Amino acid sequence: MNPLQRYAPLVDDEEAFLEACERPLPSVVRVNTIKTTVERAREALDDEGVAYEQTDWHPGILKLEDSTAGTNWPYFHGWLHGQEEVSALPAIALDPQPGERVWDTCAAPGSKTTQIAAMMNDEGVLVGNDNNLGRLSALRHNAERLGVTNLVVTNQDARNFSMKPFGEQTPEKPGAFEQFDRVLVDAPCSCEGTCRKNPDVLDEWTMNHVQSVAGIQKGILRRAVQVTKPGGSVVYSTCTFAPEENEAVLDFVLEREDCELVEWDVPDAFETSPGVTEWEDDEYDPSVTKARRVYPHQNDTGGFFTAKLEVQS
Amino acid sequence: MRDETADDENWGQQFDRLPETSEDRVVEGRPSRQEVVEWWEERFGLDPETFEHYTFWEKGAGKIWAFPAEMVDPIQVEGLGMRILRTRQRHWKPSTNAVQRFCRDATKNIIELGPGEAKAFVAGHDQQLDWWEGDWGYLVAAHELAGEREPLGVGLYLHGELRSTVPKGRQEDLKKLD
Repeated sequence: MNPLQRYAPLVDDEEAFLEACERPLPSVVRVNTIKTTVERAREALDDEGVAYEQTDWHPGILKLEDSTAGTNWPYFHGWLHGQEEVSALPAIALDPQPGERVWDTCAAPGSKTTQIAAMMNDEGVLVGNDNNLGRLSALRHNAERLGVTNLVVTNQDARNFSMKPFGEQTPEKPGAFEQFDRVLVDAPCSCEGTCRKNPDVLDEWTMNHVQSVAGIQKGILRRAVQVTKPGGSVVYSTCTFAPEENEAVLDFVLEREDCELVEWDVPDAFETSPGVTEWEDDEYDPSVTKARRVYPHQNDTGGFFTAKLEVQS
Repeated sequence: MRDETADDENWGQQFDRLPETSEDRVVEGRPSRQEVVEWWEERFGLDPETFEHYTFWEKGAGKIWAFPAEMVDPIQVEGLGMRILRTRQRHWKPSTNAVQRFCRDATKNIIELGPGEAKAFVAGHDQQLDWWEGDWGYLVAAHELAGEREPLGVGLYLHGELRSTVPKGRQEDLKKLD
């Protein structure tokens, strides 16, 4: 079955939704402010004759008209990083600050991780974790090309992430810590939201996978809340439309951990929809409407889901 | 068999913080923080303040990493900041990524390449550049981009030839800029 049909009842304009999912996505780059400014990056693209269009909601995100991201001078210098437009949202929701301690639970290949590093002005501690050792080399490669220095790379299962390496049991050591200020859970998911980039995800979709990956998502999000300071933030994001992997995961964690959903500042000119409180035979905590859904036809991007939790004391 | 928990050996599975000065040295051959900072100053004229907030670490023999915060020492993780320097050899070798990140403000041993030379350098080609009258050894190769000088990477200059050390995974066949 085409899983997109399954989600059509959730959207306001079914036809526009299905049509948008058929169109390929433009090549988009994010300006890496660790190494340059938006102005210089634009000047370098102009000098090289690379045509681009600035998105209307973020000055540092540029749509390239007719080129791939890896073949120009500013890219070589690590001034640009190829990153799908909509995937810039979770870091914006996370709102990391210079000098904080931040954990990215599922970091590879590192588009969002390096965006977080830039928002931190490359200061403080950013832990980029991934359970897949092979994908970690892509994370390291991207981080180094972009000039990120504040990244600690770990290879753990995020569901039972150990704080021991960071000095949990030796708090007297300089630099030891046992909790984070902010955590991003950009979870593994069914990925139908990326169908404009990779249509295969629709053929590979199964309900069994939805159910098994939802279990992993719940485990990672619980652990994320547990290692975040009271008053700190956890952002949960996916690129799936499945409520089982989105609102249901939030609902599960809200019931079991001391945290609550909060609104986050969606950029002006970026259209989103609220999280859904009912799906098939299930009902979710009413606060899940604070989460934001993004459908491809709303902003001509991929599909996405982003929610922000505040950890209670 | 080697005792991997001994404090006085360099162990490839963990990051060990560099001693502050050579007088604080416990592990033989490990450079000190002071030596690393002085190396960048002597070789490329970098202000020691560039690294004021950085801690330096060794993982594996001679591979030096820079990280902009305190961290427990030692630490077993896959990466800690950026690999900046290869030591424990006669000529210390800076990394491409460190030169791009920190050497925009370098003041010496910078070879400024023209458009065609920069293109060849980034593609990984060695080239005969007899016009260079400066030091031999590891240089910062730079070119002009968007109106300012921008470091490309590390060149090794020997006998009139500039060898590109841009790693294979970073090499690109780019347009010659006018």
